[in-house]
Amino acid sequence: MTQTVMKIEDLHLSFPVSRTLLDVVQRKPGKSVNALNGVSLELKQGETLGVVGESGCGKSTLARCIVRLYPPTSGQIHFDDQDIFGAQARKDRTYNRRVQMMFQDPYSSLNPRMTTGDILAEALRVHEMRPEAEIAPRIAELLDLVRLPQDAAEKLPHEFSGGQRQRIAIARALAVEPEVLIADELVSALDVSVQAQVVNLLLELQERLHLTILFVAHDLRLVRHVSNRVAVIYLGRIVEIGDSETLFSAPSHPYSQALLSAAPSLDPDDKGAAIQLEGELPSPLNVPPGCPFHVRCRHVTDQCRKVIPELRALEGRGEVACHHAEEINQHA
Amino acid sequence: MTDSTVTTVKASKVAPSRVQLALRKPGFMIGVIIIGFSTLLAVFPSFFAPYDPNFIDYLAVRQAPSWAHPFGTDMLGRDALSRVIHAYSVNMQMAVLATVFALTIGVVVGALVGYYRGVADMIFGRVVDAIITFPFLVLVIAVVAVLGPGLINMYIAITVVGWVYYARLMRAEVIAQMGNDYASAGIVMGYSDRRIIFRHLLPNAITPVIVYWMTDMALAILLGSSLGYLGLGAQPPQAEWGVLIAEGRNFITTAWWLSLMPGIAIVITGLGFSLIGDGLADLLRPRG
Amino acid sequence: MTDHPILEVENLCTTFSRGDTALPAVRDVSFSLGKGQVQGLVGESGSGKSVTLRSILGLARHYGEVRGSVRWQGQELTTMTERQLRKIRGREIAMIFQEPMTSLNPLLTVGTQLTETLKAHTDLGRKARRDRAIEMLDHVGIPAAASRLGEYPHQFSGGMRQRVMIAIALAASPKLLLADEPTTALDVTIQAQILDLILKLADEMSMGVVLVTHDLGVVAQTCDTVAVMYAGRVVEQGYVRQVLRTPRHPYTEGLMRSVPQDVPPRTQLYSVPGTPPSLFSLPDGCAFAPRCQAASEACGSARPMLQDIAPGRQTACFHPLPATQDDAA
Repeated sequence: MTQTVMKIEDLHLSFPVSRTLLDVVQRKPGKSVNALNGVSLELKQGETLGVVGESGCGKSTLARCIVRLYPPTSGQIHFDDQDIFGAQARKDRTYNRRVQMMFQDPYSSLNPRMTTGDILAEALRVHEMRPEAEIAPRIAELLDLVRLPQDAAEKLPHEFSGGQRQRIAIARALAVEPEVLIADELVSALDVSVQAQVVNLLLELQERLHLTILFVAHDLRLVRHVSNRVAVIYLGRIVEIGDSETLFSAPSHPYSQALLSAAPSLDPDDKGAAIQLEGELPSPLNVPPGCPFHVRCRHVTDQCRKVIPELRALEGRGEVACHHAEEINQHA
Repeated sequence: MTDSTVTTVKASKVAPSRVQLALRKPGFMIGVIIIGFSTLLAVFPSFFAPYDPNFIDYLAVRQAPSWAHPFGTDMLGRDALSRVIHAYSVNMQMAVLATVFALTIGVVVGALVGYYRGVADMIFGRVVDAIITFPFLVLVIAVVAVLGPGLINMYIAITVVGWVYYARLMRAEVIAQMGNDYASAGIVMGYSDRRIIFRHLLPNAITPVIVYWMTDMALAILLGSSLGYLGLGAQPPQAEWGVLIAEGRNFITTAWWLSLMPGIAIVITGLGFSLIGDGLADLLRPRG
Repeated sequence: MTDHPILEVENLCTTFSRGDTALPAVRDVSFSLGKGQVQGLVGESGSGKSVTLRSILGLARHYGEVRGSVRWQGQELTTMTERQLRKIRGREIAMIFQEPMTSLNPLLTVGTQLTETLKAHTDLGRKARRDRAIEMLDHVGIPAAASRLGEYPHQFSGGMRQRVMIAIALAASPKLLLADEPTTALDVTIQAQILDLILKLADEMSMGVVLVTHDLGVVAQTCDTVAVMYAGRVVEQGYVRQVLRTPRHPYTEGLMRSVPQDVPPRTQLYSVPGTPPSLFSLPDGCAFAPRCQAASEACGSARPMLQDIAPGRQTACFHPLPATQDDAA
């Protein structure tokens, strides 16, 4: 069960920012948004890896990179020991069948002019999942799988609620019988009561179909609930990764600590000792040198300002990218 | 355990069908009636015209409108009404042939450059700039001047210039649609570029192009008759509204109806296309 | 709830019309608020919580019909003219919205927008307005306030923009702040900062706050009292501690239990079946009945009224969940 299915190595991605005429005249160098600054992780067979972080930290970019929506600036992603960005692999569409993605916005991720049936049939036909005669029964099966009524097949996306649309998106992804699902903020656009339905469905399907899931979300409680392991991303870099329960009950990186303590508790009396972070997420246009978190960190030293900390294993915990992880966690 | 009794959202009672919505739009329906009837006249002119449009009767030259000749007769004694009716064939043909090739080329080119961007898009941008900076009519006249007058050359000329407007519109709309995740989803599903462009993006991006097409058909009739008037389009004795207006021009003080009637035909047909265009802008919008 | 409520909302009903059909966006909402108190309005999309907030300040009457009564320090707001309302808006009652970018004018500097508010609502002179503007920016935690007065909204980050919005809203020292999902567009670390700021200012200026949110955690951490809304009606209201600890209405309970907190990881979450009803086709009886496990025949035919079930505690349900000893607190 602990076989690695996907290996991401030192992934970098920067988007060039278009220069204004004034910049060109003044000969300012072209800027770029550094969305990913060396992300490495492994996805293990059958697990759910949660990815959390604040907006602009690069978690969605990572998800889109994995499904080849963005080509990385440097670094590699291996799936089944094959580089998915290699010339050979790019032509090969079986990767797209085996690794599927679900998007955040249930109102834009479905073609508004195709019925649910058309959407599912197209996926089945393009990848030749079933002979023509079995397509209709398979659509019925898929609708059943995501608990949509059978008459949903003839309806257009606008006739469904947000939660139902996400079910259609899940059905579309499952139609091609993938091994890995990338869920990018799958439920964050949904109401709380509907969120729970979709999360339950996802957990149940994972069990039944032995799926490996990368669950990207900003809702920490949700990530904790669905994940086996969790990666915390800050400014395009993983600052902490480890077993979900360990990480949530005892975060080791100062950023993880602040992030987790900021989530408001449902208990009115649990005011918590929220660790107030100074300032805000720096712009990915100019990532600070050294540790990306040092400008907001309480434990900052000179070393942090100069040297980028690498991810390293901490005893009894996961892996942490912090120079002072030991001292910080001793005090705690 | 998690029986999610899913009930489909009631789409605000029973959603009316597109046809029902269309019937509620009087402007659109008037447009449909005008263009429907115009098409009938264009296809079966002999059925509606009381006389042969080219029958010359020197005994009845430039007669005023009467019961026998409702629009009067021209300088050769031809029945003006029959000529206006027969002109429908040519002018409606203009509306279609002068635009349909521009539409097709423009939609395909616009969708491709909008989807792929890159170098092709930059070159496209320069071509658009170059063509758009010239006044349309002047450019068309220049092309006709090179190719020589006549209907076919006129169609070629209008297409050569006109596709740019469709392509520009299509490109912008495809880029806007690319911002929707269904396009990304198509890529992730491993669909071919061709499928994503033509099956997913195009149907969602084409509405403004169709609306523009309707207006453009009205403009094509106007442009075609302008060229006919100038002697660069249809050639006499062909019955064509521009030609008819030009023929009546010398008698504008004495037999004004000769120029006025084809003019009214242009206005009404143009109005018909515009009304349809306005209505389609509403009707083709995806719901929800 | 307190001896001198500053805001009393009674039987507020707001109806929008779409073509021939009337859309009952808000029905019979009542609550009152004392000085320095924070009242939460919580619910899912379409529950009417935002419309309620907009109806208080007369913003909703541009799109629909508002009935019922909103009394602000004894004055009836619903019958006031636009002109009378304008004197109250900004000066006594301020409002902040979810999306700080669209509520700020992108063409004016932050300083100009702040001083304009001051000019409209105070008698301060030019110099005093500028000083007050700097003081306000400083107050809401914007570093180097004086130098940032000349900057435009796009030069501020999301969290900073929301701080600017709060500074503008609070510039004239209002007595009541209406906040519509003020932190929904922000990240959790920034959310914590902004909520703390609002609470601190409410305390210092003894300002009442009505906070609309869909996040029960935010309610738990900031509000004194809360009203849970569903399909345009309040289904349960009372002190936050009671409502969240021992919900008596099945919907409140469903919402609380849908949130994955203190449940074993990777197990099935409790979920409320179905989806919220469309306001176009509300059921005859209790709007929640089709999704409710405790629903009986009576729930389908008659609508339960909001009734007192404990001091300061009301619920609208024929079959309320049992009270526990916690409730006595």
